[in-house]
Amino acid sequence: MNKHVMPKLNRRAFVIGTAAAGAGLAIGLDIPFGGPQVVRAADGSPEVNVWVVIRPDNTTVIRVARSEMGQGTLTGLAQLVAEELECDWSKVVTEYPTPGQSVARKRAWGDFSTGGSRGIRTSQEYVRKGGATARMMLVQAAANEWKVPVSECTAANSVITHTPSGKTTTYGKVVEAAAKLTPPADADVKLKDPKDWKIAGKGVKRLDTVDKTTGAMIYGADVKLPGMLNAAIKDAPVFGSKLKSYDEAKIAGMKGVKKVMKVGDSAVAVVADTWWHAKTALDALPIVWDEGENAKVSSESIAKWLAEGLDNSQPAFIGNQNGDAKAAIASAVKKVEAVYNYPYQNHATMEPLNATAVYTADKCEVWCGTQNGEAAFAATMEASGLPAEKCEVHKLILGGGFGRRGMTDYVRQAVLIAKEMPGTPVKLLWSREEDMAQGKFHPVTQCKLTGAFDADNNLTALHVRLSGQSILYTVRPAALVNGMDTAAFQGLSPSGDAAIGYSVPNLLVEHSMRNPHVPPGFWRGVNVNQNAIYMECFMDELAHSIGQDPVEFRRKLMSKHPKHLAVLNAVAEKIGWGKPAPQGVYRGIAQVMGYGSYVAGAAEISVTDGNKIKVHRIVASTDPGYIVNPAQVERQIAGSFVYGLSALFYGGCTVKDGKMEQTNFDTYNSMRIAEMPKVECVMVPSGGFWGGVGEPTIGVAAPAVLNAYFAATGKRIRSVPLRDQNITFA
Amino acid sequence: MANLTINGKSINVDVEDDTPLLWAIRENVGLTGTKYGCGIAQCGACTVHIDGVAMRSCGITVSEAVGKQITTIEGLASGGTLHKVQQAWVANDVPQCGYCQAGMIMAVAALLKEKPKPTDQDIDEAITNICRCGTFQQVRAAIHSAASA
Repeated sequence: MNKHVMPKLNRRAFVIGTAAAGAGLAIGLDIPFGGPQVVRAADGSPEVNVWVVIRPDNTTVIRVARSEMGQGTLTGLAQLVAEELECDWSKVVTEYPTPGQSVARKRAWGDFSTGGSRGIRTSQEYVRKGGATARMMLVQAAANEWKVPVSECTAANSVITHTPSGKTTTYGKVVEAAAKLTPPADADVKLKDPKDWKIAGKGVKRLDTVDKTTGAMIYGADVKLPGMLNAAIKDAPVFGSKLKSYDEAKIAGMKGVKKVMKVGDSAVAVVADTWWHAKTALDALPIVWDEGENAKVSSESIAKWLAEGLDNSQPAFIGNQNGDAKAAIASAVKKVEAVYNYPYQNHATMEPLNATAVYTADKCEVWCGTQNGEAAFAATMEASGLPAEKCEVHKLILGGGFGRRGMTDYVRQAVLIAKEMPGTPVKLLWSREEDMAQGKFHPVTQCKLTGAFDADNNLTALHVRLSGQSILYTVRPAALVNGMDTAAFQGLSPSGDAAIGYSVPNLLVEHSMRNPHVPPGFWRGVNVNQNAIYMECFMDELAHSIGQDPVEFRRKLMSKHPKHLAVLNAVAEKIGWGKPAPQGVYRGIAQVMGYGSYVAGAAEISVTDGNKIKVHRIVASTDPGYIVNPAQVERQIAGSFVYGLSALFYGGCTVKDGKMEQTNFDTYNSMRIAEMPKVECVMVPSGGFWGGVGEPTIGVAAPAVLNAYFAATGKRIRSVPLRDQNITFA
Repeated sequence: MANLTINGKSINVDVEDDTPLLWAIRENVGLTGTKYGCGIAQCGACTVHIDGVAMRSCGITVSEAVGKQITTIEGLASGGTLHKVQQAWVANDVPQCGYCQAGMIMAVAALLKEKPKPTDQDIDEAITNICRCGTFQQVRAAIHSAASA
């Protein structure tokens, strides 16, 4: 039976883990006489290569370096390895290599980062090669044993057959010999044509489901270590400010409290026997913050500053340009202009942020859910002050990521706390309130769009002027190009994996970068979210301004973008665009490209009293090139609508006195089952490229509904969230 | 010290009377299948059964739970056999990240006890748990399949 093997958290594993510096699941090298080195897994089974361990009973352990946070990558990557390996899928289990092991083995597993919808698309080739290489070595070992040409042998379902004689053997029987062979040259490793896939490309069941239905799955928040204490933390609510003082005497004697400490220069933590005691004491602790100038910032002051950036006289980076849009607009017969905005959003992962750390002068170990094991490892090194060989990070299944767990602030805090209590494991868990206050927020932007028509109603020019926050400026400044954040143009770029789908004779897309003090982060879909709202709602506006059908209007601009057009057409056909909708039901549509994939979505809604929206039906189409697991792709598409529409209806984080106003799900709500219709997916994988799946669809969720709202009411909504306009679900 | 009955077992927990049941279950009893999501009875991740009724354990104190039959996700299966809701969850591959699913399953198990064949409207009214991954489509399908199992 398939199963994901979780890191063991019992006493024995803890002792082994803390004692064996730099080692872990591959516990050592077994060097037999006369042969090359064989690396063995903890149970003694040999590695064929870093991706594949085979046990004598043919159980195949597939190593997965990327993180599983619900998106299905764990299963999808295992499918790709298994496909090339020709192993028995029913005997596949998966295992996370640790970042420490990867560092010790010269990054044998490559990139651990799991964000940007990259989990499968940027590792598919080398993991497939890992599976194919292992298969070739296993078959070679059998051929050697039989003293027959390898060309006469085939492999399927973990069984190797010598075709002329009919002799068979299994992977489990030849793995010891295979592990000693020299791997084939890279050029000799041929990958299957995806049309021949038998395991990949199929909607096989996830490998991590059963434990998620019984309570047995261990998330970071569930980690237990012997002698472990629990920490609650409060960081300065005004971003960028400092901790001034706290009055520890006021909580002296509170039950279970072991230690109160400053963490970094802005946070205070209480460590106690239980987290409930830690949190209760922290809530009672008087804290004084040194708030500084940022305490004067509000959503209103940010909005005013961003609005100034919409003015053409202000400096801006140009992200996409052809012709002379400004001149064409100035001389246009007809001009349409609109200003949109999109607010801060919090990831609000179901599992609040947490990490467990134990520190001694010889070793620092961390257990956490992370989207980037190597970044968590680096944070552990930095916060502990210990070198790589004395650090380790044990990854756990994530209770949601959405980009938030790509950051390592919570890991750093946990290590700093543990460092004050050497030898004692401490689990740091953020309260939901801390999670809401200390987000790495989806950035705030505004956008002015201007379109120009000639006398024949042809769109002659389009000017998209973005104003607002850059994520890269704060998070990854080295990625700026001469100061410009190219990611700010996601979905509007001239080419690449987030290219615009329209050809306009005169086009200008620019970004006036304005970075408020609120820390930004990558939030599922990142800048596709707002850019798709801006562009796709405005396309709707342009079409209606000249009395044209929004789909027909788009099609005329998309002839040079056949893949964008194909998903739009697929959605239009499936939802019945151009045919009458049921009585009282109205449709909206949108398309965008992001993360290398082409997506479109359409919604059917009805509106009561002008402000109560019932979403009856959603149709979505995606072309990600190849689909590894259609069942999981469907779930990612449907989930993207839930996340995107939650943000549209209920989301929006607002700043008052320099800090966030929303504190929990009562002020930052999320869609429930009653509000969500079925999502009908039309998958049109066209092959030849590998696009992402987890994020792109979120871009079309909001504009499809907003355009339907216009169709229903004649009112154009240009501001998110809808709750600010007293619009909600029916 | 309070005496709780959890999954049929009598357990003494050394906590203050006003400790939320959620934290007694997680930290003092050590059953971590019941999750913390919000602490204010909004999200439903901590749903357990109290005398057969689905309740959010973060909003109940230990003293209020004394004398009641408390069932957590770990106590839903009987012997080695998964509850029909758990079976339907496995068959429909419902969980994504899975963090909210224990609470979701507990809410659904209570619903099916009250309404063995729930309509979509019954589901809409009774199941109000938050799932940030948004696996609602699979939840609905699995409820119907559990109901017909």
